[in-house]
Amino acid sequence: MATVPLRDGLILSGVLFALGLVGLLVRRNMIFILMSIEVMLNASGLAFVVAGARWQQPDGQVVFLFILAMAAAEVSVGLALVLELYHQYKSLDVDAASRMKG
Amino acid sequence: MLRLLWLIPAIPFLSALLLAVFGSRFSRMTVAGLGVGSIAGSAVISILTAVAFNGSYTQSLWVWIHVGGFRPEIAFRLDALSLVMTLVVTFVGFLIHLYSAEFMLGDEGYSRFFAYMNLFVACMVTLLLADNLLLLYLGWEGVGLCSYLLIGFWYQDPANGRAGQKAFVVTRVGDTAMAIGLYLIFHSLGTLRIEDVLREAAARWPAGSSYAIAASALLLGGAVGKSAQLPLQTWLPDAMAGPTPTSALIHAATMVTAGVYLIARTHVLFQLAPPVMLAVAIIGAATLLMAGFSALTQDDIKRVLAYSTISQIGYMFLALGVGAWGAAIFHFMTHAFFKALLFLAAGIVIEALHHEHNIFRMGGLRRELPIAFWTFLIGGCALAGLPLVTAGFYSKDLILWSARTSAAGGVELWVAGLAGVVLTSLYTFRLIFLVFFGELRTPVSKRPGWAMRIPVSVLAILAIIGGFIGGSFTRFLATSLPAFPEPAAPGITEAAAGSIAAIAFFLGLAAAWLLYLKHPELSAAMAANATGRALHRFWFADWGMDWLYDRVFVRPLTAITFINRRDAIDSLYNGLARLATLGYRALSWTETGKLRWYAAGIAGGTALFIAIALFL
Repeated sequence: MATVPLRDGLILSGVLFALGLVGLLVRRNMIFILMSIEVMLNASGLAFVVAGARWQQPDGQVVFLFILAMAAAEVSVGLALVLELYHQYKSLDVDAASRMKG
Repeated sequence: MLRLLWLIPAIPFLSALLLAVFGSRFSRMTVAGLGVGSIAGSAVISILTAVAFNGSYTQSLWVWIHVGGFRPEIAFRLDALSLVMTLVVTFVGFLIHLYSAEFMLGDEGYSRFFAYMNLFVACMVTLLLADNLLLLYLGWEGVGLCSYLLIGFWYQDPANGRAGQKAFVVTRVGDTAMAIGLYLIFHSLGTLRIEDVLREAAARWPAGSSYAIAASALLLGGAVGKSAQLPLQTWLPDAMAGPTPTSALIHAATMVTAGVYLIARTHVLFQLAPPVMLAVAIIGAATLLMAGFSALTQDDIKRVLAYSTISQIGYMFLALGVGAWGAAIFHFMTHAFFKALLFLAAGIVIEALHHEHNIFRMGGLRRELPIAFWTFLIGGCALAGLPLVTAGFYSKDLILWSARTSAAGGVELWVAGLAGVVLTSLYTFRLIFLVFFGELRTPVSKRPGWAMRIPVSVLAILAIIGGFIGGSFTRFLATSLPAFPEPAAPGITEAAAGSIAAIAFFLGLAAAWLLYLKHPELSAAMAANATGRALHRFWFADWGMDWLYDRVFVRPLTAITFINRRDAIDSLYNGLARLATLGYRALSWTETGKLRWYAAGIAGGTALFIAIALFL
């Protein structure tokens, strides 16, 4: 089985991470922000998997499982917060919840 | 009985504490009972200790501070000198407290007054009984504090507050000198226990050595400030702003003589420094003359008495300066009697005339207030030195005789003292003639009750008989102070010197009689011409000393503070504070509350740190 070169894998992961970050920064809808975080998490997971394939070690895939578990937890907490915020502000705009400032 | 010694300062202190804390809840009866009773207790205990006294006694209570080799104790030492002073202070203090119980009755601050007065007696006795110079200094500052509080007792009038501040600041000048003197003594001799200091100083410092001169000159500075001698005498006349019993107790009988006590207590240091001894004598002679001239021109009854106090303490300094330690303490005692008497009698007059202080609006009170007249007359005669009868004559005669015959004295000092006698007699009888003779100018509204009559009567008796014990008194003091050496070949016999002093007294009396009773127009004519008016103004303003100090010290200082009113050093710290505020504003501006802004911050920061890690 031909392996994907490390460089290509890392570039893909970097591009995905950057896309997620840009999405996080430019979107105001909280659902999209959560999705962007998901993209960024998966980008880093991809980097682990690629690295694990490069050195023929299972560790990369193990860490990816951890990331998956953590992402699930994060989404459950995040969605609960989104629901609560929506309840409060009747809007999904993240900038509406900006009362905690100096 | 001697073991009760600690109670003498402790009782008034406790009473002052009680009055200060609970005074406003006590009735006037309770306040008076506590205030007067505590001093009575002190007086009784000091009499008991005097009965049991033999030689000297030290009572060590506890170690106050223990740092390295520095180990001052709270310890009281009784010897002939401190015993005499304590007896006078507690006994005269008791009489004045009794008098105040009635005198201050109508005042709002009745309990406050007694709290301050009791605290004063406690501090004064601590000063007198202190075994080491540090404890003495504690009492010294304590009496200064009480003096300040009592001068400004009627604080609603800003002038009284200013007078209190002036007294505090001017005496502080002297106290600073004294504190430096104490450092010097400790630095050089390694102890502050008075006994040890005197012994070590005599052993280690040769006569006339610079250490002895510096130490005694610095102590003299403290004494000059506290005792209102030249050049720090300006605070005492203003101190008359306080209630009259305060003036009697603090600014006549006791506190202002603390300087005399200090010099007598540390007499060994002064003996080792002949130039300082000479300075003490000269300061005394100059002060007694200057204050005498100033007293001649005052129109406020209490200010006349204040200047006469300065002048009489000048006599004590003169006696100290010529080595007549016993004579100085003897004059302290008689002065405490007759000056307290004069102030208390003046208080009766002032209260009877609706707080009138101006002697030119008094007059003819001889028949209206016989008790005030007779006691004031006795006090005045004692002050001026009516020969053979009064206490003041004996003590002053002893001082004059010592000044004439002592090796350290001389004819000049004697003549100055004699001129002082003429002046004293002149201003005293001027006062008596103006206040008690002539026609009635202000009607009498209030007559003293028994609590005011008894103290003045007792003091009047003491002002007469106090002088008869002169010889045994100085012999008794000789156990703690060196006796005055009998001059080998005096140029004048004692009787002749006494007669000359008596002549001086009658000279002043005759002049006062002529100028103020027989031909008042004469004194008016003298004050009317140009030189007379200028001299009057000059003496009235205490030889322009206040004016001088105002120009030399007060004005430049206020000018400097005005220039620096924004405080250069403060602005440095204010700048730091402003910088911190600025930083805080900038940081708080970044706290927008917007989640995406924070995320961008985290991302940007991470990128920055990665870049730093990679490329640097």
